[in-house]
Amino acid sequence: MADTLYLDWNAGAPMRASAREALVSAIGRAGNPSSVHGLGREARRLVEDARSAVGALVGAPARSVVFTSGGTEANALALCGLSLPAAASAVEHASVLAARADASQVPVDAGGILSLPALAALLAGRGPMVVSVMAANNETGAIQPLREVADLVHAHGGLLHCDAVQAAGRVPLDMRALGIDLLSLSAHKIGGPQGVGAIVLGDVPGLRAILRGGGQEGGLRAGTENVAGIAAFGAAAREAAAEAPGFAALAALRDAMERGCLEAAPGTVAIAAREPRLANTSCLSIPGAEAATIVMAMDLAGFAISAGSACSSGKVRPSHVLAAMGLAPEIRSGAVRVSLGPSTPAAEAMRFAAEWGRLASRLRGDRAAA
Amino acid sequence: MTGTAQKDDRRAGSNEPRPIYLDYQATTPMDPRVLEAMMPYFTERFGNPHSRNHLHGWEAEEGVEKARAQLAALIGADEREIVFTSGATESNNLAIAGVARFYKDKRNHIVTLVTEHKCVLDTCRHLEGEGFEVTYLPVGKDGLVDLAALEGAITDRTVLVSIMGVNNEIGVIQPLAAIGRLCRAKGAFFHTDCAQAYGKIPLDVEAMNIDLMSISGHKIYGPKGIGALYVRRKPRVRMQALIHGGGQERGMRSGTLPTPLCVGLGEAAAICQREMAQETARLEALRDRFMSRIDARLPEVFMNGDARNRIPGNLNLSFAYVEGEGLMMGIKDLSVSSGSACTSASLEPSYVLRALGVEEELAHTSLRIGFGRFTTEAEVDYAADRIIAAVQKLREMSPLWEMAQAGIDLKSIQWAAH
Repeated sequence: MADTLYLDWNAGAPMRASAREALVSAIGRAGNPSSVHGLGREARRLVEDARSAVGALVGAPARSVVFTSGGTEANALALCGLSLPAAASAVEHASVLAARADASQVPVDAGGILSLPALAALLAGRGPMVVSVMAANNETGAIQPLREVADLVHAHGGLLHCDAVQAAGRVPLDMRALGIDLLSLSAHKIGGPQGVGAIVLGDVPGLRAILRGGGQEGGLRAGTENVAGIAAFGAAAREAAAEAPGFAALAALRDAMERGCLEAAPGTVAIAAREPRLANTSCLSIPGAEAATIVMAMDLAGFAISAGSACSSGKVRPSHVLAAMGLAPEIRSGAVRVSLGPSTPAAEAMRFAAEWGRLASRLRGDRAAA
Repeated sequence: MTGTAQKDDRRAGSNEPRPIYLDYQATTPMDPRVLEAMMPYFTERFGNPHSRNHLHGWEAEEGVEKARAQLAALIGADEREIVFTSGATESNNLAIAGVARFYKDKRNHIVTLVTEHKCVLDTCRHLEGEGFEVTYLPVGKDGLVDLAALEGAITDRTVLVSIMGVNNEIGVIQPLAAIGRLCRAKGAFFHTDCAQAYGKIPLDVEAMNIDLMSISGHKIYGPKGIGALYVRRKPRVRMQALIHGGGQERGMRSGTLPTPLCVGLGEAAAICQREMAQETARLEALRDRFMSRIDARLPEVFMNGDARNRIPGNLNLSFAYVEGEGLMMGIKDLSVSSGSACTSASLEPSYVLRALGVEEELAHTSLRIGFGRFTTEAEVDYAADRIIAAVQKLREMSPLWEMAQAGIDLKSIQWAAH
């Protein structure tokens, strides 16, 4: 099983060597960044270096970065830390949708792209809101028109929060150019460690902490900083920023794999394939099949993929993303996510396509026999 | 800096002489055994523990669940009662705000101590803004809670009593079993911030009637960025989550679990459990060695906090007739703290020491000296000698010390205004 090919990069990327080195070199040291003695100051310096690198990943200055325990906490802080009324696209990550019980949902079209007229209508009736729209969807990879969203939100005096956990390091992100006011990041999605993330802030009046205490992170996030994790996040961010422009090249392999799957199993549906989407992500469905069956069969064949998002505590739940896109139930039930990484070998991706074909005909046979 | 203590420097590869680390209450260096347990999860076993459908996910989940069991074992809890968080600050926020908000319609009163960690006090203060009533009980000169006052403070409107196990500045151990008995009798939940107690002193959630306990990773030689909250299942304690989302940790705390950090926290707990008795005896001996060296050479040194009910790894000492900043400058090669690390960047006297009734002058000259797993006899001797030398030098320059030596009662002096 050791040779299982990991095609679940959207659930988490393997740690980069540079991040691991930064982590290991920092983790053995004592020192609380809030302590004034030398060891404390060394820890502080590691945190501040990483802050610059993480800011640079999204075109923001170091001082705008607030470190958190991950993307989920960053989303919670953005939404629960503001008292403005909230809205979110219907395809947001569960951590955004669950953050505010009072949030309005903005519908998406069949490709998973937010409906700008619907957003405009909502804002016209409600006035200033904090609107949460992800940069790229974790299940389909679909990329949202953030600049247009920002213009609408700002025209009504509101703030745009962007969950950029999946997009960071994969598409160029410039917070200011895109008009994003609050942006969430997760280290382990860009080859850093689990347990670290950040919220990057533009000019955000009225944001209040949800974790209170020692006054760390400019009073916006209490708790002793995860120094080693933050240092590794910084190292990963530096590399991810350098690689982001080249990430688009993965699309050639992804498209070839997708074509291979469609040719090997003509009934296959490639979801959101016509939208602008992340170069590594493919959401494929064998209509009428069970996603869990596909995932298990692929695991036995040596491919680690996933049924929708990995965050549902193990349960394979029907995807709210595909439902919001209005896809037919039989397409939704058979949909899985295949997400490649920069190190995915081309030959293996094509082997996946061949396996996909075999699996689809086996499933057809099962259903015909039943 | 050629003292013998430097030979014990574990930080290989550094050419510069390193200061001696005596700030074990601020944070602890990671135990190499903990790092060893974590390393595979940073590399080949990097999966998302919530990916239930492939091996990468299973391996990660197995690591997380073993850690949960290790954490529970140290306090006599069930592994299903352990919720991973990003640290003790989050655990304290979640325990207090989460429980208070969930039961708001039934009970809206919280009892805590004025000497609690800032994150407990800040959370309570914030809850006051949400309409909760909070009683901040004073402590005695020894830093301990007055049980009779506590009993009087708990009413049938009290939802939660939050009292720490061990104070981060003065190291005193609160009578948890007695507090737990009172809370249980009055139907209030008992939360205890055990960031400084867990792994250091025996804790038993059953015997002590503890309903919620906050745990920190980096205070027990584990990693930073991870902690846990013990949440009792029988009778069940319910709470409103602070961080919502994927529904991890049974809905109490969403977010991808950082597998290597969870594994490290579990291993750190297991080591504490195995070595607690032996380590406690070793630290007591070190502490006594340090104190007798100080006592033999320096008069007018005061220990803050109860002398008996305290962890052996902490001393909080005030040195009369010296000036705080000067003292810190004089012992630059010792990493010690004046007051809690979270607030020590400010020069305000510690609110914990003020709560004990320590005079302002003495509060300003206090040092928190923390001993831990990697502290050696040579380091303790060296540190004591450095402190003795610095204090003696400062006192020689101090007119107040001269007057005190001449028998003048400084309090009787009428100081002239300039």
